[in-house]
Amino acid sequence: MIFEVFRQERKGQAFVHGGSFHAPNREFADAYAREFYARRQESVALWVVPREEITTIEEFPDEFDLKYRRVDGYSIKARLKEARAAAENSTRLRDAGSAGGA
Amino acid sequence: MEATLQSRTQEFLEFVQAGGQVETGDWMPDEYRARLIKFIEMHGNSELMGVLPERDWILRAPTLQRKLALTAKIQDEVGHCQLIYRVVEDLGKRREACLDDLVSGKSKFHNVFHYPTQSWGDVGVIAWLVDAAAIISQKALLKCSYAPYARVMKKVCWEESFHILHGRDTVLAMVTGTPQQFALVQEALLRWWEPLMHFHGTPIPAAEDPMYVWRIKSQGNEDARQQFLDGYVPQILELGLEIPDPKLRKDEETGVWEYTEPDWEKLMAVVTGHGPASAERLAFRRLSRAEVGWVSRTMLPEAA
Repeated sequence: MIFEVFRQERKGQAFVHGGSFHAPNREFADAYAREFYARRQESVALWVVPREEITTIEEFPDEFDLKYRRVDGYSIKARLKEARAAAENSTRLRDAGSAGGA
Repeated sequence: MEATLQSRTQEFLEFVQAGGQVETGDWMPDEYRARLIKFIEMHGNSELMGVLPERDWILRAPTLQRKLALTAKIQDEVGHCQLIYRVVEDLGKRREACLDDLVSGKSKFHNVFHYPTQSWGDVGVIAWLVDAAAIISQKALLKCSYAPYARVMKKVCWEESFHILHGRDTVLAMVTGTPQQFALVQEALLRWWEPLMHFHGTPIPAAEDPMYVWRIKSQGNEDARQQFLDGYVPQILELGLEIPDPKLRKDEETGVWEYTEPDWEKLMAVVTGHGPASAERLAFRRLSRAEVGWVSRTMLPEAA
């Protein structure tokens, strides 16, 4: 059986894939994982998973290009410029109005 | 059909050359897979063969602390072999087949492991300078286009850094010891300089090196050797040791190290099994494989 190993270097960090090994069963897998991935205290925790138990999913089609759900769907540069110009304009008008009224 | 494969291969090449990384299940050109297997297998072989010269010194280590450190280093190297052969297995060549090809002489291992060790001075020089040369190659593999290999290299490099420091400490203990101890290091350095200069291979330009073209390696051979010389020649010379190459000097203007052209035919002869210790090392590996075969047959029925 092939086992995949995910290791955590420090508490709080994500588990990251480290590698794999052959083992006849889980008991040996436990011993090998300690030996191969933690004997120098380089890991604080390990996930040891039989490879066949892992499902890989990697096709994520986006046929309709649903950009409105993503950051790159919004280009605010031009609009922001326009809004700032409008705001500045209205402030100036207001200032001019209040100056005239004094 | 032919055109599709060609354009797909071209696309793949552009992908890896732009820094893209490939996973085990991804499509890859046959040539890329074959080169990966050959290169990674040789790396695994080298880790396994590399422990034999050091193994000879476990019982002869001068202190208990050195014995423990040497044993730990050997344990690391065998562990690297295990990790690296596993990467080869996922590419399609079984570990048993790798071991068969190693002991039959069909596959290669690194030049430096074809030489004998004559004194404790050799052990220090190997752990310091051979491992230093190796870590330069291995650090460049952290960017390998084949991601599972690059990931394994992270752990390998981390462990090698302890080996280098242990080797340097061993050398420092000897050069600050008796004149006889100093002489042991100096003699070892004279013996190991040629293999060290051979280590990174012929100075084939990176653009013509298929291993670089596929971005399996991320630097050319000569770049690696220059990096080694730049990093370690000053460290060797400051200890008062002599390097056996009268032409060795750094061109201060270009920053490039000049040296006597190594004998590349000799390197070829050594790595094809004609080194001074090649036959003995392979015979030992064959013997131990036969002796411990029962363990893998018991533990891994599918490997039997």
